[in-house]
Amino acid sequence: MKLGFLVDLNLCMGCKACEVACKVENNVPLHSWRLRVKYVDVGTYPETKRTFTPLRCNHCEDAPCERICPVSALHYLDNGIVNIDKERCIGCAGCMMACPYGAIYMDPETNTADKCTFCAHRVASSMMPACVVACPVEANIFGDLDDPNSNISRYIMENQKNGGVKVRKPEKNTHPKHFYVGGGEVQLNPLASKREEGFNLFNKITHLDHIGGH
Amino acid sequence: MVEHTIAATNAVVTLDVPIPQVIWGWMITLNMWAKSIGTGVVLVGAYLLARYAKETDSKVRIYMPIISFIFLNIFLLFTLLDLHQPFRMINIFLHPHFTSAITVGAWIATVFTGVMFILSLIAVKKYILNKECKLEKLYDPLLKLAVVLAIPVTLYTATIMGEATARELWQTPTELAQMLLAALLCGSAVFLLIGGEWSFEVKRDLAIILGASAFLSFTIYMGEYYFGHMKSEDVAAILAAVKEGGAYHTMFWVAQYLAFIIPMVLVYLSLKSKSGSLLYLASFLAIVGLYLTKHVWLIIPQLLPLS
Repeated sequence: MKLGFLVDLNLCMGCKACEVACKVENNVPLHSWRLRVKYVDVGTYPETKRTFTPLRCNHCEDAPCERICPVSALHYLDNGIVNIDKERCIGCAGCMMACPYGAIYMDPETNTADKCTFCAHRVASSMMPACVVACPVEANIFGDLDDPNSNISRYIMENQKNGGVKVRKPEKNTHPKHFYVGGGEVQLNPLASKREEGFNLFNKITHLDHIGGH
Repeated sequence: MVEHTIAATNAVVTLDVPIPQVIWGWMITLNMWAKSIGTGVVLVGAYLLARYAKETDSKVRIYMPIISFIFLNIFLLFTLLDLHQPFRMINIFLHPHFTSAITVGAWIATVFTGVMFILSLIAVKKYILNKECKLEKLYDPLLKLAVVLAIPVTLYTATIMGEATARELWQTPTELAQMLLAALLCGSAVFLLIGGEWSFEVKRDLAIILGASAFLSFTIYMGEYYFGHMKSEDVAAILAAVKEGGAYHTMFWVAQYLAFIIPMVLVYLSLKSKSGSLLYLASFLAIVGLYLTKHVWLIIPQLLPLS
């Protein structure tokens, strides 16, 4: 079994239900995100378009975070999920430096690294990840990539003919198991869009101080 | 209206989480800088003992292990303090993951620090307290082991940076060369500062090591600075931000002048005039400048948005 994730960006409407569901399910602290939806605006008023891109851990087959972790706190599960053992993590932040997708954060309450685990605890109980359940338009598709009859496998087969299935930063050779349909450079490449002071809806977000540590 | 200033082809991020703060900051810089001194004095000290034993023997045998041990402890202390869970450091030994350069480095650095501790103990007992020391016979064999260990200890941080896939500015072969040169720069600078009455021949050799290390380091940094953009889009974006007067533009150039350019000029003038006095200033500036150089190079790729 090799679990994977696919987001159909043609369906996503940026409602952020997945974000909220993830926060609640995993008790993610304020300011930290395991999953978030990035908004990118394209065009000149009035010809503008807003795109929505849910971003989470890519559960790479060749995960740089797993490789750099000095104590195997980040490890692979048999189903392909890159999981994290918070009890073992020493908080060196090596994984945060290694992840090309910025998907790992330092939990300010536990002072350990944390990230999306595809809701491994729910998967272990044969439940779908919280974000998949919460999505009102079924833009999130989760399943076994090794099973040709799974929803995700069929979705990939249907869409890959015209090159419609993409991953973020393929040039990093991390072999992500998180796919996007309907995504372009603007959504998937962070350097393809500007981040201008005064444009961002939340410019004044402050970072929480860590409890203990530094 | 601000929206009219954006070209149709441009895209603007209108909602995202803020870019994370700098994750590896001044403590990691201090870690690398102190390690360069701790290993550099061993490499350069061994050279002095091999080539100028008669003149430098007593001083090098005392100061080399003690200085190295002190700076290795600074390096280890700040490595520990930088961890968000410092008391779990023991997990590196209990649950090691040897694909990680952090683990391999921690193990080798621990052995190296242990060797330097024994050498320091012998130096203090025999050469400072002038007491009989049963471990004295171990000094030379341990010194040979220390020289061998000093190389991977000084290099391993470069492989950690190489494993940091998200920061393409740090390339393993380049960083390996920079780490070794930083150690030689620091080692020669330290001995020039404490050399005192050593002859000009000894200081000339140290000055050449200092000047050559500064020249090669500077050449590599300039190569990265002016041609790094060809490596990847990420590196191009980082370097463009620095070149265009970004937050670390001034610090980058101040560091280059302090660590490399001014010491190179001072070494040249000193060798030409056969005067050792300018070398004190060159050494001091090189050590201070190296900290700033490493700091800028550590921070700038962390300013890039990854998602």
